[in-house]
Amino acid sequence: MKRTDDFQARRGHLAGLSDQQLHERFWRLADQLVDPLLKMGREYTSPAIERSVLLRMGFSSLEARQLVEGCTDQQLLAHGAGHVVYRFAKAQGLDIRQAGLKLATGEHWAQARELFTGGAAR
Amino acid sequence: MSQDHLNPEAPIDLSAILRDLDQYRPRRRGWTWRKPAPGLKMGPFTYRDCTEPLQASVPLPPAHYFGGIDPQPAPVITTEIASGRFEDDIRRMRMAAWHGADHIMVIRTAGQSHFDGLIEGTPQGMGGVPITRKQVRAQRKALDMIEDEVGRPINYHSYVSGVAGPDIAVMFAEEGVNGCHQDPQYNVIYRNINMLRSFVDACESKRLIAWAGMAQIDSAHNANATARDAWKVMPELMVQHAINASFSLGCGIPKENICLSTVPPTATPAPAVYMDLPYAVALRELFPGFRMRAQMNTKYIESSTREATVTHVLNMLISKLTGCDIQSTITPDEGRNVPWHIYNMEACDTAKQTFVGLDGLMDMVTLKEDGPLRRHVRELKERAVLFLEEMLETGGYFAAVEAGSFVDSGLYPERHGDGIARSLQGGIGAGSVIKRAADYMAPVTAHFGYNNLAPWGEEAQRDPASLIGGCTLENPALIQYIDELDEEDNVNVRMQENEAYRQPGGRLLKPEMEWLADGTVMLTMFFPVKAEVAEAAALETARRMNLTDCEVISREVMHPCEGTRVELKGKVPFSLEIDKLHIPQPPDILGEDELRTDIERRPMRVVCGTVGNDEHSVGLREIIDIKHGGIEKYGIQVHYLGTSVPPEKLVGAAIELDADAMLASTIISHDNIHYKNIALIDQVAREMGVRDRLIFLAGGTQVTPELAREAGADEGFGRGSKGIHVATCLVKKRRARDQGQ
Repeated sequence: MKRTDDFQARRGHLAGLSDQQLHERFWRLADQLVDPLLKMGREYTSPAIERSVLLRMGFSSLEARQLVEGCTDQQLLAHGAGHVVYRFAKAQGLDIRQAGLKLATGEHWAQARELFTGGAAR
Repeated sequence: MSQDHLNPEAPIDLSAILRDLDQYRPRRRGWTWRKPAPGLKMGPFTYRDCTEPLQASVPLPPAHYFGGIDPQPAPVITTEIASGRFEDDIRRMRMAAWHGADHIMVIRTAGQSHFDGLIEGTPQGMGGVPITRKQVRAQRKALDMIEDEVGRPINYHSYVSGVAGPDIAVMFAEEGVNGCHQDPQYNVIYRNINMLRSFVDACESKRLIAWAGMAQIDSAHNANATARDAWKVMPELMVQHAINASFSLGCGIPKENICLSTVPPTATPAPAVYMDLPYAVALRELFPGFRMRAQMNTKYIESSTREATVTHVLNMLISKLTGCDIQSTITPDEGRNVPWHIYNMEACDTAKQTFVGLDGLMDMVTLKEDGPLRRHVRELKERAVLFLEEMLETGGYFAAVEAGSFVDSGLYPERHGDGIARSLQGGIGAGSVIKRAADYMAPVTAHFGYNNLAPWGEEAQRDPASLIGGCTLENPALIQYIDELDEEDNVNVRMQENEAYRQPGGRLLKPEMEWLADGTVMLTMFFPVKAEVAEAAALETARRMNLTDCEVISREVMHPCEGTRVELKGKVPFSLEIDKLHIPQPPDILGEDELRTDIERRPMRVVCGTVGNDEHSVGLREIIDIKHGGIEKYGIQVHYLGTSVPPEKLVGAAIELDADAMLASTIISHDNIHYKNIALIDQVAREMGVRDRLIFLAGGTQVTPELAREAGADEGFGRGSKGIHVATCLVKKRRARDQGQ
């Protein structure tokens, strides 16, 4: 879009505001723009976020990548990669790290998937 | 050097830093500000705005006139160190800390933004360093020792951006990184990463940044560096700051850790301060309570280091007039190459010198409450509000970016249609973001957003990581450390290659600008011809000096045809053997008591002055005055004749006063006039038949002892000479004469 500087024409509604009122308007508008972005942040996740969860659970970056790729392939990522490893560990009676490494071999995803199909959270 | 303690007399031992890194744990988290010391007294001065001094540092060059003081200004001072080899950067970090930097920022290697995960090991970087756990650990460990050595905490900083932001944020929180850049707008606009991915990832990253107490710096300054007419993006800069600031608050980062990266938007020959000051004031009024990270202007940087330095001093005048918490420094060679060691030090010194020089300014000066400043401030704020209004009308942030609202070179609401537009469906990582399921759960600390913990009990709701007995943030023993993944491209291989040059212990030496033994030197030349010819002549000169990889790095016209200044870099094709270097012995000094006793037993009288047409007096006064520790201190009688003393007058006065010695100071050195004056004094004294009974010493900043003796003086004294050196020489020469007699 091209437009000449029409600042004088546009500023009419701001001209009468005090500095304080102008500042309040600035922040109200900024917050309005940001609120929907924060809402998405609360409701969505991504491979990077899920890798970061797995790093915090004690997996290396290479292991975290394998596990997130596995969760994505199995359509389990929406449940949370950490959640998948956690539930798998509980079901198998393993500690978190053993469970994750077992899943990372790629041979046990069917069992993990079973834990999330149709059932309640626990 | 022991494992955890640096000796100021010894080089840092990189092998010791790299040893047992898998066991290293950071000693603290979070950002540290300098401690104000109002009314600080140092040497003969009182400071109003300075902070607690360092235990060890390199003061500014004139500090020796004032007892070697090194006052430290209020803002945290940043230096950016990222040569591509993190191991060489550690030495530079130590030097920078001694020059007053307490915020070390490591730029990432080209392309890391698009690497989907953590990079591991220590590959060499390009235009920056691959940020990896091992590299971060090694540098943080080194900085622990360096901060103990200088006596002030050092903040370590890199970037939480790209498609692996949350991965990096976790690693930084685990490894004690103290500050970072994080701004989803940077990913979107400059790295073409999908918008949704950038903002969703940023929530998690910012929550981790908040947990670790890191200071966060936004990326608004990049709009200034990118837009065609950089000074016109001022309204947009405030909008970008507001979006990241509001977003960061929403993710839990406290206001006092949210730093706005603000840059004075223009540079001379624009009337820079007149344009930059209203912007700086408007920003600070709109963002009370947030921190100001004053970046320097890089948009208009050219290859002249002098010009860049003046721009940066003007930038810091704005910082001083309006306030800043972190003063960034840009190395003055940024317009030439990846910064060299020496220019990091120059930039740190420039910042320190400027702020110390401006100490107390705001006790005497206020910005006007009326006139053009206030008018411009108000106008900029209104333009920023109008920008936000139109973004909302367009349909929000994503719609505004799709419409190309950002980095347009028109002064909003003027639009040139040259903004950077991105599609919500496009960019790297598009389609990778998914909605969390109703049972979504993440059993870790510092996780942002929906986390269905209710089914897992009350303790899990309070402390999600309790489900797994604590995560790496509570229990660092869980962290999986990877040493190296690439057998060829790693620090061990690089260090083996230049082992013979590495201190401590290396016996070989090469000049160095960036990497150990890179062999790089810089030459400055003037040729009395036009620029193109001068450039060719400079390259040919360097070739005949046997330099390799020669490249002109700066060319300045002195006159279109009378002459050109050229600066050139090249590499030397040889190594030096340290053991075979001729290192002059430091001057031997008699004890103060011995000197006093000698003079008391037999008084000594000297005449002195600055000779020739030379009005410099400071150096000679330092040598003679009792209050500067000069020769008067030992009882020597001094007759000071002043400046521009003709040689005949100096010799005549020596005869008239029956002096034992003549001291000639000679500073001006063009056409070797300093040595000619020395020779003339020697000649006059011989003609008058008194040379044998008079000791004749000459000194000055450009005097070297060998050449002074060749010219006819009994001894010469160059830069750094003190009264005690001269007094020792006088007493020894007199003893030698006595023995001769």
